[in-house]
Amino acid sequence: MDNKKTALNSLHKKYGAKLVSFAGYEMPIQYSTGIIEEHKSTRENAGIFDVSHMGQLFIKGDDTLAKNLERIFPAELSNAKLNQSKYSFLMNEEAGIYDDLIITKVESGFNIVLNAACKDSDFKLLSKLLDSKYEMILSEELSLIAIQGPKAAKILEKIINGVSDLKFMNGGTFNYLNENIYITRSGYTGEDGFEISIKNDGAEAFVQKLIDEGASLVGLGARDTLRLEAGLCLYGHDMDINKSPVEANLKWAISKNRILNGGFIGFEKIKSQIEKGVSKVRVGIKPEGRIIAREKTSIFNKDDKNIGEITSGTFGPSVQAPVAMGYVENLFSKIDTKVFLEVRGKKYPASISNLPFYKKSYVKGVSK
Amino acid sequence: MSEAKYSKEHEWIKLDGDIATIGITQHATEMLGDIVFVELPELGSNVEKNGNAGVVESTKAASDVYTPISGEVVENNQSIVDDPAKINTDPENEAWFFKLRVKDKTELDSLMNKEEYNKFAKENSN
Repeated sequence: MDNKKTALNSLHKKYGAKLVSFAGYEMPIQYSTGIIEEHKSTRENAGIFDVSHMGQLFIKGDDTLAKNLERIFPAELSNAKLNQSKYSFLMNEEAGIYDDLIITKVESGFNIVLNAACKDSDFKLLSKLLDSKYEMILSEELSLIAIQGPKAAKILEKIINGVSDLKFMNGGTFNYLNENIYITRSGYTGEDGFEISIKNDGAEAFVQKLIDEGASLVGLGARDTLRLEAGLCLYGHDMDINKSPVEANLKWAISKNRILNGGFIGFEKIKSQIEKGVSKVRVGIKPEGRIIAREKTSIFNKDDKNIGEITSGTFGPSVQAPVAMGYVENLFSKIDTKVFLEVRGKKYPASISNLPFYKKSYVKGVSK
Repeated sequence: MSEAKYSKEHEWIKLDGDIATIGITQHATEMLGDIVFVELPELGSNVEKNGNAGVVESTKAASDVYTPISGEVVENNQSIVDDPAKINTDPENEAWFFKLRVKDKTELDSLMNKEEYNKFAKENSN
């Protein structure tokens, strides 16, 4: 089957993208500048990401919709303020994760941003779970553009007035070329930034403006090094249908209230995992030296017992060291526990690390 | 030093007496992307033609390095271990990988010259 193309495909090519097949789309893994430069441009300036392959689902409904969505998702939605975004999960009864997603309360109902590889199956599942009186649209007409980095707000503000007033994990409707577009302050790089939902036919010109204002394109390669340094999970790698949010160390995304009162799919399992603990848990792992431990690398304790597996690993261009995440037996999940990683038949020392690996040092009161 | 010869695994080799210097080609670095880790064969070890002789890793993936010729490793370039980015900057000079005392110079005969390699690389770049 041919890969789908996003509205930015020719722009990607213009900037020297190496295009790869990703979740059924032809997507840029990197541009002519390369992954490290793209990574640094996001940390120091502003990077633009084409995330149009991700699903933009719109569910329309009256006041009853929030309660009905709460029967599915573990997020608190009935008290969500207009334009507030929440990170949540679509799970099965065993609390295995079908997808991780961002839900935003809008005037007509809720917007949900889904992972590209999961969006069609999510849609089918949600259509079954949700009363058919609620209209569900998985948009094909909208592109999704992220701009991330310390200069993201300044650059976007030049093109769209008022965006810098948005608060983190909040969205709003803005006027751009006499059309209403929806923007949220969010992202997945550990930097301040925005995600802009814009009609396909205007996407290329919009991104060109961002480039002209000083932002630069960033591919999937640097998106991966950025999110890994920020300690953020990649669906299908660091979490999947065999892992629960508790095991994935994402319990924080389920409010106390929902854990107390339940009423969502997977609640019984989550409750029991919180009470009894889990056998394996996601941790950060920092190899000593420069050795890179990639996905599926086995993890051993000091007695040479296999205690887990790496789920993501690379070299972190900002921390200037290799970084990884993986699942280990709970007993060995304490910060600074010494472990060994088997790479190409040899075992290399590493330690369990705090996440994120990269922390933004915000400077207050400096404006130029 | 002799003119460089090239292997289908994208290594270059230059011969000086019975000492061969080996590295990876510019084309290889362009395919790999930013290199962030390198592992070299140990000093004094013997490597066999087309056998494994180290690893390079980019931010994306790990790739084996093969030796285009057999011999004993007499030197390896620690400066690229400490600063793998050098491999992207100057792969065919400063960022050589290792030097071998060559056993059999006729092993070089099957390798490509620059022109042949460039043609080969072009045809295999997709």
